[in-house]
Amino acid sequence: MAATTEHLRHEAESPAERLRTNRLGLWLFIASESFLFAALISARYYLLGTERSEHLNQPLGFLISLVLLTSSLFAYRAETAARFGDQRGFRRATATTIALGLLFMVGVVLEWREGLAFFPPSTLYGSAFFTLVGFHAFHVFTGIVALALLLWAGRDGRFGPENHWPVEGVIKYWHFVDVAWVFIFPTLYLVK
Amino acid sequence: MAILKGVLGAAVGYALGFALVAAVQLAMGNPVGGAAPVVIGSVLATAGWLLGVGLWRAWAREWFGLEPDRETPTGPGRYFRFTTDHKVIGIQYLVTFVIVFGLAGLLAMVVRWELLTPAADLGGDAYNQVMSLHGILMVAVAVAAVLGGLGNYCVPLMIGARDMAFPRLNALSYWLVPPVAALLLTAPFVGGWDSGWTAYPPLSVVNGGGQVLFVVAIVIFGLSSILGGLNAIATILRMRAPGMTLMRMPIFVWSVLAASIISLLFTQFFAASLILVLLDRVAGTTFFEAAGGGSPLLYQHLFWFYSHPAVYVMILPGFGITLEVLAHFSRKPLFAYKGAVAGFLGIVGLSGIVWAHHMFTSGMAHFMNIPFMALTELISIPTGLVFLSALGTIWRGRLWLRTPMLFALAVLFNFAIGGVTGIYLADVATDLHLQDTYFVVAHFHYTIVGGEIFALMAGIYYWYPKITGRMYREGLGRLHAVWMFLAFQLVFLPLFVAGIHGMNRRINEYVEPLQGYNTFSSVAAFALGAVFLVALGNLAWSWARGPVAEANPWRASTLEWTTSSPPPLHNFERTPEVVGDPYPYGEPGAAHVRPVVVPTIAGGSE
Ligand SMILES: [Cu+2]
Repeated sequence: MAATTEHLRHEAESPAERLRTNRLGLWLFIASESFLFAALISARYYLLGTERSEHLNQPLGFLISLVLLTSSLFAYRAETAARFGDQRGFRRATATTIALGLLFMVGVVLEWREGLAFFPPSTLYGSAFFTLVGFHAFHVFTGIVALALLLWAGRDGRFGPENHWPVEGVIKYWHFVDVAWVFIFPTLYLVK
Repeated sequence: MAILKGVLGAAVGYALGFALVAAVQLAMGNPVGGAAPVVIGSVLATAGWLLGVGLWRAWAREWFGLEPDRETPTGPGRYFRFTTDHKVIGIQYLVTFVIVFGLAGLLAMVVRWELLTPAADLGGDAYNQVMSLHGILMVAVAVAAVLGGLGNYCVPLMIGARDMAFPRLNALSYWLVPPVAALLLTAPFVGGWDSGWTAYPPLSVVNGGGQVLFVVAIVIFGLSSILGGLNAIATILRMRAPGMTLMRMPIFVWSVLAASIISLLFTQFFAASLILVLLDRVAGTTFFEAAGGGSPLLYQHLFWFYSHPAVYVMILPGFGITLEVLAHFSRKPLFAYKGAVAGFLGIVGLSGIVWAHHMFTSGMAHFMNIPFMALTELISIPTGLVFLSALGTIWRGRLWLRTPMLFALAVLFNFAIGGVTGIYLADVATDLHLQDTYFVVAHFHYTIVGGEIFALMAGIYYWYPKITGRMYREGLGRLHAVWMFLAFQLVFLPLFVAGIHGMNRRINEYVEPLQGYNTFSSVAAFALGAVFLVALGNLAWSWARGPVAEANPWRASTLEWTTSSPPPLHNFERTPEVVGDPYPYGEPGAAHVRPVVVPTIAGGSE
């Protein structure tokens, strides 16, 4: 037996109210995730202070940071386009964001290959480095998957002024992952 | 059937994960096996379970642009499905954790049976595993039974909402729990783990294979608890009925809000610390291995940064239920309502800066001892506010000594003992002697069992007619309260003394002179265990055959009592309008909700 119900749709709530609730939920999630990165970052400082490896590929680290930060720009454009119902702009900006995300991941792979030779996980710096970058890269990966799903689900043009929360939510998450890198990059590459 | 599909999904997920890792291992020329395939297998099994049990049908389809199934099932089958009604999910949580509580209770009986005599009956290894499993299962009960069960069921009703803010996320939080239980209960068959619920390295990095499942289980449980906390906060902040200002919320709702803030944020540290253990085991990192430059103390810092606040995830909602029941059954407005709220928030604020009081004897830098002692003892100020509110409420009240009230009064007594003995453990000088003794064991059982679990019982009896639509047997309920109260004192009071005399925790043999305390405690423990049979019999039988309960058998003032028992799907026929304080007892003309409900006579079991 099943009774069709409206209560998933919260018809008591107006769409504007629902949007505010969704936003609050996302911000709470981001606050929670920040604690995860705080835990890992503090572990790095606890174990090593500001000591870091001499063998870091600084240009590569700088480059992938640049790629990731640029992707946020396109993510912002994707969100704005969706909000104004510009389907073409939304698709192009989302695809560009995904491409830059993938480029970042390629950079991480290169970075890891070099790192494994100089500071494997069995060293203290290697432990901190691979764990922090790995956790962050996993977040980037989930962001890419979410963006790809947006692109797929939005192929019928469903995202527009009336329905932009899925886009907004994923893009905000993407920005958060970028901001997390803004803390992780100096923690691993710059402090001394 | 949903659960069958879930199990199928889990099997597919596990096979997939295992094969994936095995393929990578083969490709890299490494031997296939070890913990890595099991870890990835378990994670994907959990994902497969969720998708099969209903995540795909009700939610994930949407992510792919497909129409999700928006039906809410009715009938008894809904309790075994991925469904979004917070009342169904509340009952799912409650029943699940009552079962877990029973299992963990049986393990406690095994522990006390081993400690009946100084000699070893069970063997050290088996004992350590029993003790560890008892510990973590009970911690899970303490974290989730009140918040996930009563919090889920009651909070939307008490604030006049139709459901939680994120109903599908709510279902997801619950359906993450069965994999946790499955993993923890599988662990003993793959080598078990013997590091207690705290899982300190270096032991947890080198011990049996069950530790790996423990880590995966607790990370999943952590996710469930983070998402549950997120949902509760959003619900309380966003879904309140018109007129329900923050300062008109029933005090239980405040306690859920406070506890949820802690689980939302701090749980990440438990997850992180355990994942680092896993990486040390599986990926060859050296976070906690002193030989590689790592530090076991780092684990303790990360772990207690969550696990001290976690005791407030447990006890705050317990305080909330207690104050709630005290106000209704004293027929007085809650004394110093604002003070109690300030107490809750003060506890949340302090909870994150006291963790190292667990580490006075661990070898951390000595200069940290005094600050952490002082900060810890500051907590008695907000806790004192909560106590003040409780005592002021019953002061010259017309106490109605029904079952929930008996339990609530017991909480006050137990937590007073738990709180005062905590001072000796927060104090560096006395802690040096008492650390890792049965004094600690008795102390935290007084706070968590004596505080929260007694409050859980108060809450279960208090909301029983609302949840089940029937009335339990009052006589048996009172018997439960009195029996449990007395037996509980007899179990744990002697253990304080045994601890002072130097009885270590987590041992299965002890010296002859300590036998008196232990035998006494064990016999009392069996009596304590037996009372739950009475309680279970009463609650289960009454659910099926008890007299039908009316909407408001306690003649209580808060919103959940203004709707039918059990409430309809959307909780209220009309959105309620809140016009005043939650406990307007004895104040002529005052009311919490409009239209004012004129209570009829009390329930049939009077
Ligand atoms: Cu503590």
